[in-house]
Amino acid sequence: MESAEIYQEFTKIFHQVFHDDSIVVRPDLTAKDVEGWDSLSHIRLVLTVERAFGVKFSASEIGKLKDVAGLVDLVRSKAK
Amino acid sequence: MCLSLFKELSWLPKSPPDFELRCRALLDNPTDLGKRVQTLASFGLDENQLNHLAKLIAKARKAGADLRPLVPFRLAVLSNSTVDFIIPALIGTAARHGIALECIKAEYDQVIQQALSPNSVINRSKPDGVLLALDYRALPIHFEPGTREEAANAVRQALSFIEIARTGLKANGKVACILQTIAPPPERLFGSLDRVLPGTLRNLIEEVNLGLGESVAGTEDILLDVAGLAETVGLAEWHSPTEWNLAKLAFSNSYLPLYADHVARLLAALRGKSRRALALDLDNTLWNGVIGDDGIEGIQCAQGDPTGEAFLSIQRLVLDLRARGIVLAVCSKNNDETARLPFREHPEMLVREEHIAVFQANWNDKASNIKAIAKELSLGVDSLVFLDDNPVERNLVRELLPEVAVPELPSDPALYARTLAAAGYFESISFSDEDLKRARYYQDNAKRVELQSAAGDIRSYLASLDMEITFQPFDETGRARITQLINKSNQYNLTTKRYTEAEVATAERDPGCFTLQVRLSDRFGDNGMISVVICRHQVDSEWEIDTWLMSCRVLGRGVEQTVLREILHHAKRLGVRKLIGFYRPTDRNQLVEDHYSKLGFAQVRRDADGTTVWELLTETANVEAAAMKARSLGFGPDREATRHVAANA
Repeated sequence: MESAEIYQEFTKIFHQVFHDDSIVVRPDLTAKDVEGWDSLSHIRLVLTVERAFGVKFSASEIGKLKDVAGLVDLVRSKAK
Repeated sequence: MCLSLFKELSWLPKSPPDFELRCRALLDNPTDLGKRVQTLASFGLDENQLNHLAKLIAKARKAGADLRPLVPFRLAVLSNSTVDFIIPALIGTAARHGIALECIKAEYDQVIQQALSPNSVINRSKPDGVLLALDYRALPIHFEPGTREEAANAVRQALSFIEIARTGLKANGKVACILQTIAPPPERLFGSLDRVLPGTLRNLIEEVNLGLGESVAGTEDILLDVAGLAETVGLAEWHSPTEWNLAKLAFSNSYLPLYADHVARLLAALRGKSRRALALDLDNTLWNGVIGDDGIEGIQCAQGDPTGEAFLSIQRLVLDLRARGIVLAVCSKNNDETARLPFREHPEMLVREEHIAVFQANWNDKASNIKAIAKELSLGVDSLVFLDDNPVERNLVRELLPEVAVPELPSDPALYARTLAAAGYFESISFSDEDLKRARYYQDNAKRVELQSAAGDIRSYLASLDMEITFQPFDETGRARITQLINKSNQYNLTTKRYTEAEVATAERDPGCFTLQVRLSDRFGDNGMISVVICRHQVDSEWEIDTWLMSCRVLGRGVEQTVLREILHHAKRLGVRKLIGFYRPTDRNQLVEDHYSKLGFAQVRRDADGTTVWELLTETANVEAAAMKARSLGFGPDREATRHVAANA
């Protein structure tokens, strides 16, 4: 799967999870850049990404995430 | 499809693409806020959408907004898992069921402390109800390889844990407790033996669930059958070890919308909001086929063929619902006599006339009929469920009577019964003698009632359908379907003339014939070919309308007016000054007796066999345009020229 495709889907997901259409999803985006990105919505975000791409992550994979780029890499390594 | 039915709540209409926009506009004005919240909640929403709605409800409440007609309910949630995910989903979902829900949450895993202490957050908040959302990890049970007595002891301890919490809550206020049955984890120790060997987790949980059921009997407390829910979707789907480890989610978040809907059904039942009556469409809903066209031999609802059996299964469910006190009604576009025929004469029909309290078979819109049914039964329309295979009818009712519950139906009728049951409209917290008597009370009724008033603005609904009608002359591609319609249509058929495929092919090429095949699509999809017209040039500058038929599925949408406009357009173009129409009565086509008079034709004679003859002058004809886009294809200049020459020859 191409990065551009994943980012496009991510943009939709971020808008859905944080109810904010103005979020621009960049590789270096982190929790402190987005209003409402707390530990709860982080879980929601990860689970929504899992559902959208039909992939599953382990707790340790999720624990290591630092920014959007990390999540994109994770998706790319799993999605066909 | 079967798992997604439950995962995506497929009985609910899919959320529209502008859902987020509509959410954001929700608080822009305070008018009918409660109703608009309920409308948005009535789609099949995912967790994020429910969350969004819950946020807006919280915001509205904080601003002191009026959420009526939603009924308030304060629910405390006590759990050994994270409730922060559950609560917003519950609030959003409760609005779907007419409840303005407020939730009070206790800290994670503080069940007993919160229940017993009079000063706990839960007890101080004086809730209307407490949801004890406990899963197997909350209970003091684990594998006890031992004797039957030790296992029984473990079960008693687990039940007493729940009992202590329950008694504590009751001692501190008058609340209804909602207890959850326990979903066993899918991991087995021995294998099949787990189910029967005393002391295995599966065996212990099964005993605990039985004990829970007994403990609520005869009390004001109620059971939420989470074990049953988990069974329905599969234990391996329900339990997610990763999600538990990650965030202490007692079940996979994918099933949050389903779980929340089941909690909200119980809250609605507690507030007396369960549905009481079921209004049924007939053709392709209760049997396969169209009784008015296919006749009693042509419809299917019999054992021995898969389609027939699919319809028998929905009939069986409908009868079981009736046996538990749900009142049945019929709401069908048909002649009354014709519609009653299968109930009276089809040997395999399970539902009979005596099971139906109100029988509305006529050609008026279904919303008005449903209003009439509710009135006759002395119920609010919000007590009704309406089952119909036709998406246009479903949405008409949703639009004009949003209080009526209208499930989406899958294309496979074998899944109708499962879908209706999964929607849980008739959730009930008790079953009484009253319920049993109700079925008998409405026995032998099948009453037909007069319509009082129109249910709403049908014109604007029709405009919202984005209908597109396509006209073409007969051609080879359409020939088989044209022939089929000519030989099958009985009700909306002016002359009921039957033609073979060869004769249809001849008409295609006959320069003295003007033919139309008509297709209709709308925002729900393509209805395919829905009307056929053949005009013949008998006398110079006159067309006799030899054949005019239409599928009853698209009745009441202005199709016949648009077809006439198309005929007039070509007639004028080709120098035709007069249209001559015929109505030849049969025992099936009474529906179109007034077809020509409604379209502005003047009657010129009535023959001995009852045939009426009608005329319309093309110059002075004035037919109102209907709300649809019309396209004409294949009336190319060459062809038109040929036709014109032929017409004057």
